[in-house]
Amino acid sequence: MTTIPLFHVLILSSLLFVIGFIGVVARKNTLFILMSLEIMLNAVGVAFIGAGSVWQQADGQVMFILILTLAAVEAAVGLALLIRMQKKYRSLDIDLLNQMKG
Amino acid sequence: MLLASLPFYPLVSFLLLIVFGKKLSWQLAAIISVSSMALTVLVSVILLFELSVSQNQVMTVNLWHWFDLTNQLATSEVNIRFYLDGLSAVMISVVTGVGFLIHLFAAIYMKADVNFSRFMAYMNLFIVAMLILVLADNLVLLYLGWEGVGLCSFLLIGFWYQEKSNVLAARKAFIVTRIGDTSMAIGLLLLFNTFGEFNIATVTTLAQQANNIAAGPSAEQANNIYWIALLLLGGAVGKSAQLPLQTWLPDAMAGPTPVSALIHAATMVTAGVYLIARMHGIFLLAPEVMNYVAWLGALTLLLAGVAALAQTDIKRVLAYSTMSQIGYMMLALGAGAWSAGVFHLMTHAFFKALLFLTAGAVIYALHHQQNLFKMGDLWKKLPFESSLFVVGLICLMALPGTSGFFSKEAIIAQLWSSNTAGPLLWWCAILGALLTSIYSCRLFFLAFLGTARFTKKTHSEKSTLLRSTLIVLALLSLFGGLIPLDLSLVFSALNERPLAQLDEPSWLHSIAIITPFIGILFSWFYFKHYRTAPIKGTEHDIQPSDSKLVVFCRQGLGFDALYNALLVKPYQWLAAVNKYDIFDQIIMLNAWYVSLWHEALLLVQNGSLRWYLAAFGLAIILLLGVSFL
Amino acid sequence: MTLTVIMLALLMAGALAWRTEKYWQGSAKWLALISLALLATVFAVFVMSHEIKPNDGFAHLQVLSRVDWIKTFNIQYSIAIDQLSIVLIALTWLLGIICVLVSWHEIQRHVGFYYFNLLLTIAGIIGVFVAVDMFLFFFFWEVMLLPMTAIIAIWGHEKRQFAALKFFIFTQVSSLLMLVAIIATGYFHLLQTGQLSFYYLDWLLLDIPLEISQYLMLGFFIAFAVKLPSVPVHSWLPDAHTQAPTAGSVLLAGVLLKTGAYGLIRFVIFLFPQASEQFAPIAATLAVVSIVYGAKMAFAQQDFKRLVAYSSISHMGFVMLALFAFNSNAYQGAIVTMVAHGLSSAALFAMAGMIYQRIHSRDLADMGGFWQSAPRMGGFALAFAGAAFGLPGLANFIGEFVSLVGVFQVMPEFAIIAAFGLIGSAIYGMVLFQSSFQGTPKRDIIDLQSRELIICGSLLLTLLAIGLYPTLLLKFSFGV
Repeated sequence: MTTIPLFHVLILSSLLFVIGFIGVVARKNTLFILMSLEIMLNAVGVAFIGAGSVWQQADGQVMFILILTLAAVEAAVGLALLIRMQKKYRSLDIDLLNQMKG
Repeated sequence: MLLASLPFYPLVSFLLLIVFGKKLSWQLAAIISVSSMALTVLVSVILLFELSVSQNQVMTVNLWHWFDLTNQLATSEVNIRFYLDGLSAVMISVVTGVGFLIHLFAAIYMKADVNFSRFMAYMNLFIVAMLILVLADNLVLLYLGWEGVGLCSFLLIGFWYQEKSNVLAARKAFIVTRIGDTSMAIGLLLLFNTFGEFNIATVTTLAQQANNIAAGPSAEQANNIYWIALLLLGGAVGKSAQLPLQTWLPDAMAGPTPVSALIHAATMVTAGVYLIARMHGIFLLAPEVMNYVAWLGALTLLLAGVAALAQTDIKRVLAYSTMSQIGYMMLALGAGAWSAGVFHLMTHAFFKALLFLTAGAVIYALHHQQNLFKMGDLWKKLPFESSLFVVGLICLMALPGTSGFFSKEAIIAQLWSSNTAGPLLWWCAILGALLTSIYSCRLFFLAFLGTARFTKKTHSEKSTLLRSTLIVLALLSLFGGLIPLDLSLVFSALNERPLAQLDEPSWLHSIAIITPFIGILFSWFYFKHYRTAPIKGTEHDIQPSDSKLVVFCRQGLGFDALYNALLVKPYQWLAAVNKYDIFDQIIMLNAWYVSLWHEALLLVQNGSLRWYLAAFGLAIILLLGVSFL
Repeated sequence: MTLTVIMLALLMAGALAWRTEKYWQGSAKWLALISLALLATVFAVFVMSHEIKPNDGFAHLQVLSRVDWIKTFNIQYSIAIDQLSIVLIALTWLLGIICVLVSWHEIQRHVGFYYFNLLLTIAGIIGVFVAVDMFLFFFFWEVMLLPMTAIIAIWGHEKRQFAALKFFIFTQVSSLLMLVAIIATGYFHLLQTGQLSFYYLDWLLLDIPLEISQYLMLGFFIAFAVKLPSVPVHSWLPDAHTQAPTAGSVLLAGVLLKTGAYGLIRFVIFLFPQASEQFAPIAATLAVVSIVYGAKMAFAQQDFKRLVAYSSISHMGFVMLALFAFNSNAYQGAIVTMVAHGLSSAALFAMAGMIYQRIHSRDLADMGGFWQSAPRMGGFALAFAGAAFGLPGLANFIGEFVSLVGVFQVMPEFAIIAAFGLIGSAIYGMVLFQSSFQGTPKRDIIDLQSRELIICGSLLLTLLAIGLYPTLLLKFSFGV
C-alpha cells in the first residue's frame, strides 16, 4: 500500500479550507455560508486524518469525530437560525444582519 | 439747602411722568413737567440772588459721599457735591430759564403726540442731568451729568423711533459723542494720576501751585497737563460737535424741534465750552492746547458756515449755524477770552432757541415741511413768526445793538492780540461772520421772501402761551447783551498772564462791525432770485443747485463719507469676517479632529459579518507571511 | 455650622421639591422660592450677628468649622468666610431668587428635577465661596458644575446637548489642571513641612520658590480663566449662555463666572503673589484683549443672548485687568464690577427670557419696535443696556471707573486700551436696545406682568443703589 505523502494531504486540506473560506466571505446567502462552513470544517478534518495516519496515532481520528459532531450541532443551530431569519426578514441575505454597525 | 434741591424738582417730575406714563392726561402731564421747571427757575433765581450777596461768590453743598479713591499719596473723596460760582450760575440760569421756556413751548407744540408724557419726562430728565453737569464739584460727577445728557439726547433724537432714520441718527449721535467721552474718561484717569484729586477747585489750585513754584512744573507734570488738556478737549469736541467729531449734530435734527432748541442748540452742545471754561486752570498751563482749541473752533466755524450755505433743510441750516457759533465760543476760549466765550454761550442760547422754536412754529404751520425750497413768501402768510425769526437772525448776524453783537464783538476784539490766537484767527472769525450773515440772508430770503412754493394752506398755532414764550425769548435775544456778566472772580487766574504784546491796528473794530453788512449787501444781490418773484412766464419753482460742490458742502464736506470708509466699514467688516469667532474655531479644531477619527473608525465597524471575516482572513495571511519572512 | 446647615438645607429642599412635584403639581417652585428666601434670611441674620463681635468682623477670613474628612490625606471639611465671600454669597441669594422667579412659567418639563438641580447648583456655588480646604473647594467646584450641565442639557434650547457638552468639557479639562496644581501644592507642603495639607491657611504660610510657584499658579490660573472666561478660552460661554434656559443663563452669568474671579483673587493672587505679579503683563494683555474682543464680537451677533454673552466676556475682562493691577482701587473696582455685572447681565438675560416667552425667538431680526406695545419693558431694557455700557449712576460705571483709575496708576497703556471697550460697549448696547425696542413695530407684545416687574425692578434698584451709593459695597475693605 502506498502512503500518500502528508504534503499532498495538507495541500488538499488547504485548498478545501480556502474554498470554504472564500465561500463564507463571498456568498451572500446564509445557507451557502453554512455549507461553506461545513467545507472548512471538513478541510480541517482531512488535515487531522492525514496527520493521524502519518504518525500512526488514533488522536487524529478522534479529533475528526469530534469535529463531525461539532459540525452536526452547528448545522442544527445554524439551520434553526436560518429558519428564524427567513421568517423575520423573508430573505437569507446575511448583509441584512448588520445591526452591530457602529 | 436750596442748592442741593435744584435738580430734584425735574427729577420728581420725571419719575411721576415715567411711572404713570400714558395714564396721565395731556393737561396733567404738562402741568407736572412745566410747573417743576417753573419751580426750578424760581429756586435758581433765589440762588443767584444768594450767590450775589455771598462773600466770595461761591456756594457749595455736599449731598452724600460717593466713593473714595486712593493713589500713592493719599485718599481722596469723590462726593455727590454741588458747587455754584459765577460760571455755573450763568449755566444754570441759561439751563433753567431757556429750559423753562422751551418746556412751555413743547407742552403746546407736542400736544398731539401720543407719547407726550414720555417726551416731557425725557426733557425733565435732560434738565436734571444738565444741572448735575454744571453744578458738579468734581469731574466724576460732571461725567455723570455728561453721560446723562448724552443719554437724554439719544432718547430725544430717537423719540420718533419708528422711523429707521431717526434711530440711526440717535445711534450715531450717541456713539460719536461716546468717542469724545472716552477721550475725556482717559483724561480723567490721567488727571487723577497727576493730581490725586477729582475736585475741580482743588485740581485748579494744585495746577496753579505747580506752575507758581520757582522751577515751574516738572517736565513730566507739564507733559501730563498737556495730555490732560488735550484729552479733555477730545470730550469737549465730541459733545460740542466741533471738528473732528461734528458729524452727529446735523443728523440729530431728526428729533422734535423743541429738542433741537433745548439740547442741540442752547444747552447740551455748549457743555464742551463749559468744560473747557471750567477747567481753565489746566488749559492755561497748556498754551499749545489752547492754540489747538482756537484752531479747532476757527476751522469748525468756517466749515459749518460753508456747509450751512448749501443746506436745503431749515433745521440743518440752524444746526450748522449752531456748530459755527460754538466754534466762536471755542475760539474765544482758545484765545483766553473766557468771559467773552461764556457770554456768547449765553446770548447764543437765547437767540438760537428763539430761531429753532420759531422754525418749529413755521414747520408746524406748513404741515411738517422742512425744505426751504418748498417755503417762500412766509413774510405775508406768517407775519408773527417771520418777525421773530428776523429778530433771531439779526442777533445771529450780530448786527449792532443785539445781544449777539455784544458777545461776538467781545470775542473778536480779543483775538488779534491774544498769545494763543493772533491775527490769522482774527481773520478767520471775520470770515466766519461774513459767512454767517450770508447764510442767514439766504435762509431768510428762501423761507420768507420770494414766491410761495407750497400749496397747502398754512395753519399757525395761535396759542397765547406759545407766542408769549417766543416773545420772551425774542426780548432776551435783543436785550440779553445788556446783562452784566462779571466772571472776573472765576477766571481770576487770567490776570496773572502776561499781557499781550501785539499792537492792534485801529481799523479792527470798524471791520468787525461792518462785516455783517457786507454779507447782507452781497446776499441782497447774489440771492436776488430767491427773494424776488420770478418773471412771469418763467418757471415757478426754484431748485436747489445740484452741482457737485454744492452737494459736497450740503453733505457736510464729506466727513460722513470719510468716517464711514475709515471707521464704520472696517469695524463692520471685522465683525462680519469674524462672526464665528476665530478662537472658537481653533478650539473646536480639537473636536473636529476627534470626530474625524470617530468617523474613520466607524467605517471599519460596518456590521457586515463577511467583511469582518475577510479582514480576519487577510490578517492571518499577513501575519503568516510576516512570520515566514 | 450654620453655613453647613444652609448648604444641606438647600440640598434637602431640592430633593423635597423633586419628590413633592410628583404628587402636587406646582409645589416645587414655591418650595424653592420659600426655601431660598428663608435661607437667605438665615444667612443675613448669621452675618449680622457675627459682625457685632468685638473682633474685626469679616475683614479677614473667619474659620467657621474644621472637621477631619479623609484623614489619610489630611483632608478636612473646613469652611470660612470673609467680606469677599459674604458679598458674593449675597449676590448668589439674590440671583437665586431671581432664577426661581424667571423659571416660574418657563419650565414645564421635569419641573421637580429642575428645581433640584437649581438648588444644588446654588449650594455648590455657596460651597465654592466658603471652602478653604482645597480638596473641598474642588469638590464644590464639581458639585456646581454637574447640575448646571444638566440644566443646560435638559431644559435648554435647540442645540442644548452640544452646548452642555462643550461647557462640561471646557470646565472639566481646566479643572483637572487645577486638581493637578492642588495635589502638587499639597505635596509641596509635605516636602516643606513633613505633612500633607490642603488647608488654605496652611498654604498661605508656604514659602514656594518662584520657579515652582509659577507653574502651580498657572494651573489655578487656567482653570479660573476658563471660568471667568478670558479670551482665548471663552468660547464655551456664548454657546452655553445661548442654549441654557433663562435661569441657567442668569445663574451662569450672574454667579458662576464670578467663581472664576473669586478664585483668581483667593487662590492665584493671594497664594502666589510673586508669581502672579510676574505673570501680570500676560494676564493684563489677555484681559485687555477680552475687553476689546468681547465688545467687538458682541456687535457682530444677531442673537440677543449671544450678544449679551459676549458682552459678559468684555466685562469680565475688566475684572481680570483690575485684579492684576495689584492696588486697592483696582480691587475695589473689580469687586464692584463683579457684583454689577452679575446684576446687569442677569437682568439682560432675564429680559431675553421674557422676550423669548413672548415671541419664541432670540433673533434680533425678529424683534423691533417693542417699545410701542411694551413701554415698561423698554424702559427697563434701556436701563439695563445702559448699565452694560457703563452709564454713570448705575453700578457698572463705579466698578469700571474705579478699576480703571487703579489700573491707570500701574499700567496706563492697558487702561487706555481698556477704555476703548467703552466705545465698543456703547456700540453693542445701542445695537441691542435699538434693534429690539426701536424701529418699526413688527408685532405687539404684552408688557411686563407683576412677577416680571418684581424681577426687573429689584435688579434695577440694586444697580442704582450701588451706582449712587457704592459705600454699601465699598465699606468692606476686602482684606486689601
